[in-house]
Formats: sequence, C-alpha cells, structure tokens
Amino acid sequence: MSDLIKFVEAEFSEARKKFPSFKAGDTINVHVRITEGNKERVQQFQGTVIQRKNPNSNGETFTVRKISNGIGVERIFPILSPSIEKIELLREGKVRRARLFYLRGRQGKAAKIKEKIRHRK
Amino acid sequence: MRKHLGFKIIIQQKMSGIIGKKVGMTSIFSADGRNVACTLIEAGPCVVTQVKNLETDGYNAVQLAYGERKEKNTPKPLIGHFKKAGTTPKQKVVEFRDFRVEFEGQVDLGKTLEAGQIFIEGDFVDAIGTSKGKGFQGVVKRHGFAGVGGQTHGQHNRQRHPGSIGACSWPSRVFKGMRMAGRTGGDRVKVINLKVLKIYPEKNLLLVSGSVPGPKNSFVILEK
Repeated sequence: MSDLIKFVEAEFSEARKKFPSFKAGDTINVHVRITEGNKERVQQFQGTVIQRKNPNSNGETFTVRKISNGIGVERIFPILSPSIEKIELLREGKVRRARLFYLRGRQGKAAKIKEKIRHRK
Repeated sequence: MRKHLGFKIIIQQKMSGIIGKKVGMTSIFSADGRNVACTLIEAGPCVVTQVKNLETDGYNAVQLAYGERKEKNTPKPLIGHFKKAGTTPKQKVVEFRDFRVEFEGQVDLGKTLEAGQIFIEGDFVDAIGTSKGKGFQGVVKRHGFAGVGGQTHGQHNRQRHPGSIGACSWPSRVFKGMRMAGRTGGDRVKVINLKVLKIYPEKNLLLVSGSVPGPKNSFVILEK
C-alpha cells in the first residue's frame, strides 16, 4: 500500500487503539450501539471470531459467529465503525488457521475451540 | 459570459482546476456513521506555462503543467516552451478555458498553483481521467446489453450475444453507430460532483468521495 494512503488512514484509525488485539478463534463480546427511532441503546453480541478481513487497513472487518437458539448466527463488523462501543476479549482460542469456516459445518462439542494456555514467564 | 442560443440562455460557468495523480482508494466513516468510499489524489503543485487571452489567441485560457520529466525525454520544442515559463520539463500539460477571475494574479506565467489555493473542504469537483483498458469485450460488458433471456426454449450458445442488429430487405445494411463488441475502456471519462472530504495542503493531497476513472498513478484533471 502506498505511503500516502497509510498517512491518510492513520488519521482516521483512532478507534482501533481502544480495542484489545484479538484473532480468529478468540471469543469476544461486541457492544454495538443501536438506534431505534430516536432512542439509542447498546446491544451485545458474544461469539467466536472466525475471520478478520483486510487486516491493518481502514476497511478491515471481522466476523463473529455464535449459536443462538440452536441456529448459527454470523455478524460482520467494520472495525472502525462508530457504532461499536466496546470489544471485550473473553477467551483466547488455540487454532491453526486464520479463517475458521470449518466451524459452520459443526455442532456441539465438535465446534469447540481449545483454549490457549499462556505459560507464565 | 452569456451566450444566446435560440431561445435558451446558457450561462457559461467559469471554471478553475488542477492536474493531479490518483494515489489509491480507502474508506472513511462520515459523521452520520456511513462508510464512504473515497479516492486519494495528489493534486499539484502545477506550474502556469501559458496564459492565453482574447487579443492574441481568440479566447481566454490558462495552461498548467504537472509532474517532473527528464530533459532527455522531452522534445526540444517543449523544452523551449517550459523554459519560457522558467520551469523544468513537465509530464502533463492541460489547458483550462476561462479560469476563474478570482485567481487573477495567481495565474501568471511561471507561477505555481497548489491544491489548497483552488479547493476548500466541502467543494464539489469533477474528475477527468482515462479509464482502465478492458481489451476486446462483448456487448454485455461494453454497452450493458441484457443478453439473451434464458437457456431454455431452444436457446443455446448465445447467452451473451447482441441479438438482432437490424431489419431485412430494407435497409439491406447495418446502420452506422450500431453498438457492437469491440475495444472497451481506455476512454476519457468525466465523473461529476465528487465531494472534497479533506485537504492536506502540506502534502498536496485531496480526499474526494467516490471513485475516479483510471488506474493508480494515472493523471487526473480536477475541475471546479
């Protein structure tokens, strides 16, 4: 990417700094601002990150998957979207790939991701 | 300037502009939360290489030049032309007719014009560029034909064909200008009303909404 584009994008990517770093396989809780009529409230969406697209650019998005009432639900968020209020990192997953589309075909215990064990230094 | 054409009175708008280079695209979130695609353009600095006026040339215009060029790659007559303006050889030379009066004094021979002098944030500009070449393309891509409707009812091997190109014994020929397959892209294209979202005067950068014709690093003419 051109240096000039990076220079411009750096100015608009302030929002990125307030989020924890997370990867595919991690379980996160996204707080999303939602406007209903003229009222605004915060909704939470908790699930597994299955991919991060166009990383480190301003067009970056990430996909969160959860099982809601037995039905798989995926939501795509632009990382710089002003409607994202907060991202909580709940659990780090141990996975071998960057895109976890294989989770879509699995249910129950088969769709479980092992937790990453961080050894004390 | 007012021109009388039949019953319509057309007010000729005086314009100003600058030459630039397309850097690339990105997207930003606007104040109301929309994700806006935008193009970054390196606009200027341009040098005024000629000022035309009514007495000597028959019309008013300002000629701008942009982009450095090696002297050994420049034709001799052009070198002389740039020397007259007191600058080094440039890559792109564009004439702007009827440059706005408010820039009088700034557009004398040899003076430099920068993006910050001409545009302000919130302006609507037109961008002219040469679109990306697509090669030999069929009518569906080239002219937006719908193709043949389906694959059934005896149709095969003609899904993206133009269909009929005319009648039979009259006129016994195909009319001129019939839209057919051929070389696509590589044309001069003008995109109008792009909003200037941001200006970086120290780097001569313009961030405009929407897309601009042509590949990265191609010349773009911006008009206001």
